[in-house]
Amino acid sequence: MCTYLTVKAGMQGSGKGAQGWFPVTDASVYVDHPVHAPFGHTVNVDFLNPELGASARVAVELTEESARALADALLAALDAAPAGLASATATPPPGH
Amino acid sequence: MYDAMQAETVTIGGHGGDRIEAYLARPLGPGPYGAVVVIHHLPGYDRESKEFVRRFAAAGYLALCPNLYSREAPGADPDDAAAQVRAAGGIPDERLVGDVAGAAAYLRELTSSNGRVGVIGHCSGGRHAFLAACNLPLDAAVDCYGAFVTGTVPEDFPLAVTPIVDQAPNLSCPVLGLFGNDDRYPSPDEVAELDAELTRLGKEHEFHSYDGAGHAFFGPDRPGYRPEAAVDGWAKIFDFFGRTL
Repeated sequence: MCTYLTVKAGMQGSGKGAQGWFPVTDASVYVDHPVHAPFGHTVNVDFLNPELGASARVAVELTEESARALADALLAALDAAPAGLASATATPPPGH
Repeated sequence: MYDAMQAETVTIGGHGGDRIEAYLARPLGPGPYGAVVVIHHLPGYDRESKEFVRRFAAAGYLALCPNLYSREAPGADPDDAAAQVRAAGGIPDERLVGDVAGAAAYLRELTSSNGRVGVIGHCSGGRHAFLAACNLPLDAAVDCYGAFVTGTVPEDFPLAVTPIVDQAPNLSCPVLGLFGNDDRYPSPDEVAELDAELTRLGKEHEFHSYDGAGHAFFGPDRPGYRPEAAVDGWAKIFDFFGRTL
């Protein structure tokens, strides 16, 4: 099926695409047919910078189990680090 | 038998006079040949879509696939272009009709054309093929598992598409429909609804639904591929175009 349903989130960070590193401003998450993964449907995540064009994109296609494992891993990694360390508002320590 | 063919990227006039990219394949004999507009699926103007185009040319048709995403992502990889268009909710119906009109006009102007033009599409392209046949003077249309021709769009889906069965009275040509009974979009009930409506309207059509096949059963590189349904479906497509084009 082609759901068109897309969950979007604003991003601050960087991604490495086919043309090298670029600033990531948006993420799109959707369940649909994959382009490459050998499954009927996958959870697809695109990290994007629309201002730079369609090619500014890092794409992954994950099974449901993989996507949930990734979500858990992201939260576990954040929980293991001091709160706010990776926040956009954090200031680097002196001399770092 | 002379069977040379040529395949290449061309520029055509699309909706609103926009110049858009398209993939043309054609037999190099004098013709006259029938012609087919191939409408690519939601994943874009990709290698698989171009293979469909060449398959029609090898079978003796002039075939042309407009890149429906030319405007959003010129020069981008097909999957990147598709991701961008998908995130925007697809392409407007009006623009699709204009782009198919431009493709059909281009084909009719080829010196080896017999003047007859059909349209075919898979997945979102199946709906688009039906949409084009309701808005343009065409000679044949093939809808391969197009979702949301009939039925209702689920409320929790912020879909940019709407059902178009209300346009069926304007259908300009015979329709061949190929579906999988395991598909949910369109479901067998939605296929039956369209079948009944076309019958009620006296519109010439033939529908075939395959057991053991779901969505995208024509795609040989995907896990949904069902060779028996696909082989039989291709035979029905060529039989249909052989009679109508």
